[in-house]
Amino acid sequence: MGALKVFSPGIYTIVQDRGRFGFQHMGVPVSGSLDRFSFTIANLLVGNPENLAALEITITGPSLEIRKEMDIALTGAVMDIAVNGTRVEQWQSVRVKPGDIVRTGQVESGCRSYLAFSGGIHVPEVMGSRSTYVQAGIGGFKGRPVQKGDVLETGETLLLERERILPEKYIPDYRGDLAVKVIPGPQDDYFDDGINTLFSSSYRVTPQSNRMGYRLSGQVIPLKKGMPDSITSEPSMPGSIQIPPDGQPIILFVEQTVGGYAKIATIISSDLSSVAQTIPGDAIRFESVDLHTAHKLIRDENNRMNAIRNSF
Amino acid sequence: MTKTSHETGLIFRNAGDRGILIELGLKIDPGINHKVRAVAKALELNPIKGITQIIPTYRSVLLIYDPLVTQPDKFKAVVRRVAENIDSSRETDSSVVQIPVCYGGEFGPDMKNVQKASGLLQSEVIDLHSAPEYLIYMIGFTPGFPFLGGLDRRLFTPRLKTPRVAVPKGSVGIANNQTGMYPIKSPGGWQIIGRTPVNLFDPHRKHPFLYKAGDKIKFVPVSEEEFREIETEENH
Repeated sequence: MGALKVFSPGIYTIVQDRGRFGFQHMGVPVSGSLDRFSFTIANLLVGNPENLAALEITITGPSLEIRKEMDIALTGAVMDIAVNGTRVEQWQSVRVKPGDIVRTGQVESGCRSYLAFSGGIHVPEVMGSRSTYVQAGIGGFKGRPVQKGDVLETGETLLLERERILPEKYIPDYRGDLAVKVIPGPQDDYFDDGINTLFSSSYRVTPQSNRMGYRLSGQVIPLKKGMPDSITSEPSMPGSIQIPPDGQPIILFVEQTVGGYAKIATIISSDLSSVAQTIPGDAIRFESVDLHTAHKLIRDENNRMNAIRNSF
Repeated sequence: MTKTSHETGLIFRNAGDRGILIELGLKIDPGINHKVRAVAKALELNPIKGITQIIPTYRSVLLIYDPLVTQPDKFKAVVRRVAENIDSSRETDSSVVQIPVCYGGEFGPDMKNVQKASGLLQSEVIDLHSAPEYLIYMIGFTPGFPFLGGLDRRLFTPRLKTPRVAVPKGSVGIANNQTGMYPIKSPGGWQIIGRTPVNLFDPHRKHPFLYKAGDKIKFVPVSEEEFREIETEENH
């Protein structure tokens, strides 16, 4: 019978959790939700443990028939959501009942929304995670984006005693140009003037952007004279900014394990979620911070998350 | 960033706020790669609190850490001590994994390109390609994709000018001085000379992978008939 049936899937709706850790040395990317903040909040809003699987929605959302009483929450990119034709709010829990129709629309700002359900989407764990890794066809629902007619199960449901609303001060704003903090390296020594170019100009997100990587376009970043075009392939961290011979930066994301070009800088963990919310045409500027600052921001984010947890 | 040179020891590079790359050399070299694996092994045997993953590569080790638990300033000295005290002359555990390959024909659409580049007959290409025990320097790109070293110079062939959108699972290919296999269907620009019927990656198996970095691969030529038999058995 299932807990929900997919009427229309949206452009690219996939089951994701935090990610598949511990197999990068075997070429298995971490996958997982691109916007970790919105994903985590969606689970918290419906009272779930924070790593249960939810739907990651890109650009256009799905329509679902509900078959079980539960709480749902939509976070991330700004997108209409309606239950039986009545608009409901994002960033808060919504009680739905069997027979209800949940429709989501098109993003107004941002790129990815997260729809969580009481008990989480129940699919088998593959190598310790429920994340879909589409290229290998593993994890998630049958290793692929959801399709019309799919029936998904959820885990054991514990309904909320009272609704949960994320205080407004925590809701991100995805409008406007984005300033992204980076730590130079690992191969910043492959560049001289190129470093100044990276920090003094603005780059646009191109349509060639997905969970593997974001291709940017803007002022060409030259290698230092005499440096080789490529490096011996090595593992990459999500957020690495790789510079291929054409000088146009590529941000490597969560479905990538190896890169063969010099990485001029790496986006700090706390800014990855906002990069995941950019869409083609958006402008990104980069600014340099040191490791100490990046770690302080991680602690700040952790404290903020604790405050949110305690507020429910 | 660059605190010391390769001659005197290790170079530490920041890979964002959760990763540190320990560089042991620049070149693709069996000796450097051997040291990489020895360092990775030593770090696994002497766990450092807060280091969550150790990833050996061609010439460096990537350490992933949890910045809420530790910072590089706290563990760099320990890592340096562990790395500089390893006995890299000791053999790490390594096995030779035999992989059956059906060369040429529909499984090896680029065999003719390799023949053209080398001026060799198909049988000579097969003999040369299946003779060595190839060292797995690193695994990456896709699950279980081995970067192999030790290809015979005569088989060096540049990548395809236009990469394929989809290279079939099991394909065996050559890119310049490297050879490797595609464990899953993926885009790729390598010259494909054959295919293995063996499932190189199966997440539902007890052991999803058949080999690890540091192992050696030996290709064993099989006929199309043998290929079909093994394939049936594999997917039973």
